[in-house]
Amino acid sequence: MLKRILLALGTGAAAVLGVAVTIALPWVGIAALAVALALWLTLSRSGRRVGSITASGMSTLPQRMGGASVVVVGIAGVVGVLVSLLAMGTGYQSTFRATGSDDTAIVLRSGALTESTSNLDQQSVMLISAKPQVARNAQGQPLASPEVVVAAALPKKGTGQSANVMIRGVGPQVWAVRRNVKIISGRRIRPGLEELIVGKDARREFAHTAIGSELDLNGQSWKVVGEFDSGDAHDSELWGDVNVVGAAFHRGSSVTSLTVRLTDAKAFDAFKAALASDPRLKVQANTTRRYYADQSKGMTHFIRILGTVVAGIMAIGAVAGALNSMYAAVSARTREIATLRAIGFRGGPVVVSVMIETMLLALAGGIAGALIAWLLFRHFTASTMGPSFSAVVFQFRVTPELMGEGLKWALAIGFLGGLFPALRAARMPVTDGLREL
Amino acid sequence: MKYLGLVWSALARRKLRTFFTLLSVLAAFLLFGLLESVNSVFSEVGHTIGAAHRLITESKVGFMSPLPISLDSQIRTVPGVEELAYDNYFGGTYQNPKNVIGSAIAVSGNFFDLYPELKVSPAALRRFDSTQTGVIVGATLARRYHWKVGDQIPIKALIYPQKGGSYTWTFDLVGIYHARSAMEEQDFLFRWRYFDQAAAFGNGTVGWYVSKISNPQQAGRIAARIDALSANSDHETKTQTDSAFAANLISQYVNLGLIVHAIMGAVFFTLILLTGNTMAQAVRERIPELGILKTIGFSNRSVLGLVLAESVLLVALGGIAGLILAGTVVNVLEGQMGSQLPMMPVGASIWLRGVVAMIVIGLVVGALPAQRGMRLRIVDALAGR
Amino acid sequence: MSPLVEIRNLSKVYVRGKQKLEVLHHVNLDIAQGDFLALMGPSGSGKTTLLNLIGGLDSPTDGTITVAGQRIDRLGQSELARWRAGHVGFVFQFYNLLPMLSATKNVELPLLLTKLSGAKRRSHAAVALELVGLADRASHKPGELSGGQQQRVAIARAIVSDPTLLVCDEPTGDLDRQSAVEVLTLLQRLNREHGKTIVMVTHDPKAAEYATHTLHLDKGTLVETAEAALAAS
Repeated sequence: MLKRILLALGTGAAAVLGVAVTIALPWVGIAALAVALALWLTLSRSGRRVGSITASGMSTLPQRMGGASVVVVGIAGVVGVLVSLLAMGTGYQSTFRATGSDDTAIVLRSGALTESTSNLDQQSVMLISAKPQVARNAQGQPLASPEVVVAAALPKKGTGQSANVMIRGVGPQVWAVRRNVKIISGRRIRPGLEELIVGKDARREFAHTAIGSELDLNGQSWKVVGEFDSGDAHDSELWGDVNVVGAAFHRGSSVTSLTVRLTDAKAFDAFKAALASDPRLKVQANTTRRYYADQSKGMTHFIRILGTVVAGIMAIGAVAGALNSMYAAVSARTREIATLRAIGFRGGPVVVSVMIETMLLALAGGIAGALIAWLLFRHFTASTMGPSFSAVVFQFRVTPELMGEGLKWALAIGFLGGLFPALRAARMPVTDGLREL
Repeated sequence: MKYLGLVWSALARRKLRTFFTLLSVLAAFLLFGLLESVNSVFSEVGHTIGAAHRLITESKVGFMSPLPISLDSQIRTVPGVEELAYDNYFGGTYQNPKNVIGSAIAVSGNFFDLYPELKVSPAALRRFDSTQTGVIVGATLARRYHWKVGDQIPIKALIYPQKGGSYTWTFDLVGIYHARSAMEEQDFLFRWRYFDQAAAFGNGTVGWYVSKISNPQQAGRIAARIDALSANSDHETKTQTDSAFAANLISQYVNLGLIVHAIMGAVFFTLILLTGNTMAQAVRERIPELGILKTIGFSNRSVLGLVLAESVLLVALGGIAGLILAGTVVNVLEGQMGSQLPMMPVGASIWLRGVVAMIVIGLVVGALPAQRGMRLRIVDALAGR
Repeated sequence: MSPLVEIRNLSKVYVRGKQKLEVLHHVNLDIAQGDFLALMGPSGSGKTTLLNLIGGLDSPTDGTITVAGQRIDRLGQSELARWRAGHVGFVFQFYNLLPMLSATKNVELPLLLTKLSGAKRRSHAAVALELVGLADRASHKPGELSGGQQQRVAIARAIVSDPTLLVCDEPTGDLDRQSAVEVLTLLQRLNREHGKTIVMVTHDPKAAEYATHTLHLDKGTLVETAEAALAAS
């Protein structure tokens, strides 16, 4: 009785350990283990024995295609869904991560969580722009862009449904502050006029955004004069002149934020300190990189949890299916295994060979699932409501890291699905097996 | 029913195999229940009885843009509008910046008349009327922060400072409302007149108007009339039914339906493969027994029926267990994080669709093995061929 | 009195691709009510085929089979199934019982096809089990019974719906001497005390001694005695 309890505990511990190791190791480590295993199988005597047992076991695969396909397809499903969902999160996160840099800073009213709920008055704008850490151009003007962001509803291309898009009124220094923005067709806006330039993603998603079109916003007519590419979240926005936008949306003279270019990335801490010590200012500052990264945290975190939970539940089903298949596989080979053990093979090689077979099937499933996710979603574009209640367009990103993570899941499932049947094969009383003959 | 014993004995033949198959089916339907629970929030929101009689009027530019309070008297004159309320989005945090009160809203006094699904006591409504700084809070939100009627609650506003410049607003909790699901019990509703009087800016503005109409069939016409009131002004409006408004808002977040269906497609596909394999094995092993049944006099059709019943029972047992588990998980999670993740309890509609799916999958999975059982020749079966 | 089973000119031909295999040639046979007939013959003689035809498990290529006044040679599959349910009980050499059901539940199986209530089914099964001497094993599963006991349960199932005919294919083929005697004694008792008509295929001459008549089949034709069969070969 005690022996049985110990055995059960030992098996459980082995299972947990195996899964934990698979998850913890970077997939480079797992690849190294795989190479070590392959070397052992081909070079050492005991390894070659195990290899031949495994090979003979796998030669019966064609007769049990049903069971094998259950393992492969079940795991492919888990990995495919996991990688696809995580690719959505990674894509969303990358769009925000790419936005911003370490040498530009964004200043909001202190306590505001996002740009859209912040406001700064003109005096604050002047005080902040005057700080010594703000870079200046040849004319001595501070490279600071006061900005007003509003969410406006525009009809989407295709469905015609209206969705919120972010309209950002920018100051004349914006081109020096956000240096990565390039006009790809048309021209820049002229200050003081009701003109807009559209980001390339906004251009694709929303109707009436072609150059030359007129957009009706808040009772006024705006003309689209250009299209820009900034390689980040701003591509989902429409830009206009800060004063004109502010007036059109009844902001008075206050703006929502001030974005400045710092003299140097290292100057940020001094900048922040300078703002904090000025009693006339109640503001908060962040590098644009950190600000935008923070903005995406909530959604990215949510998507990762969603992906993990969904794939986790699917994995339970896949483990159950794999257990079924491998138990059937082992019982179909009862006679063969009993003969091996009667000849003198110990339980060990049998366990290892069943595990190898299961892991190979699992790996095949994992690769299939990752590939399918990659093929289907590699350039898939989606849009969602971003943190400021306006559309953010992003591309799914199926990265090698994600695919590697999927493969790890596959191996972990394979490990669990093979361990228990393997142990049963090894502990099967030899006489039972031979009686079948 | 008398054949149930026979069908059951077939499943019990290989207990471990049946157990693992049931586990896979359970996992699939657990996922189905959970995903559909989230999905149905989005599809059912705005479909309540109250919603059918509500029109939402927002600025044409978008719901973040304010409308003037002067529209109140104007919209009331529109024929078909029985009652009118208004809200202004406020937003704030409680005690520390992490505790965001997402739906702190300044509302008109008659707000609860237009939202009958939010149940509040008449005494609370009277206090709401007589207390300038009164606030009525959803039960789930109140539970989260252990608020009781009579408490004073300081909130740090996200957008609007008070006239003196301070962002701290203090409210008196005068009542608690209850709704159907935890997600709907998260609002923090105080009087718009307090906001109007005390805010440093935004006075006299409203985020959106809510009209109660007597005849839902007339919704389109009434909406057009309301929008005509502010045509060509600097605050043009867009009026639509509550359900259209909600649906549009949701659709901007994500095409959740598509994602859920894609995931469930993959899940059910693998499930069919897995269960099909189990059934094929099960029938293959029982060929001689099915032969015996035929010799006893069971017709070909009844053998077909027995195998189909077995596969449907297999899927149904696992599926029902999965849905029950999903319902339990949803109930537990709703209490914990109903604020972050919208979930509807796993209700009749989800069960109906789930059971239909179970029956269909059971039939599909059992079709080929059942045919094999039906077609087998007794003579061959008994010879072990 | 007319015979219970009348077989005239019975032939069975199997077609495998281009090959034709004639297993039974123009067999003529009468089985009287209350008979216990043993059918013997070398393997390949067609005895199992003849048994299957008598039991309605298969249809002949030519000829007629009449059981209790009813022609069964031209019935379709589902009609044969219905006929079997009411008229025949089977006992085989292997796989008689469903392994997951208790003895009682196995015996009740034929009664599921009737309109009897659950209580009635159970009482009929109990009577049948009593008859074969296994009332005390009613709730045991086949795995808990010896070979001989399993066959006796099979016999109980074969008689529970009071069939016209009992058909047995090598019922003692897989049993040890002791169990075989138990089973054969039971069959004999059913025949002598309860008037059951039994047709049994066997290759064991000792088993045939329990029968009232023995017939030999050789290469698809009936021969009267064993000696004649030897002479013909």
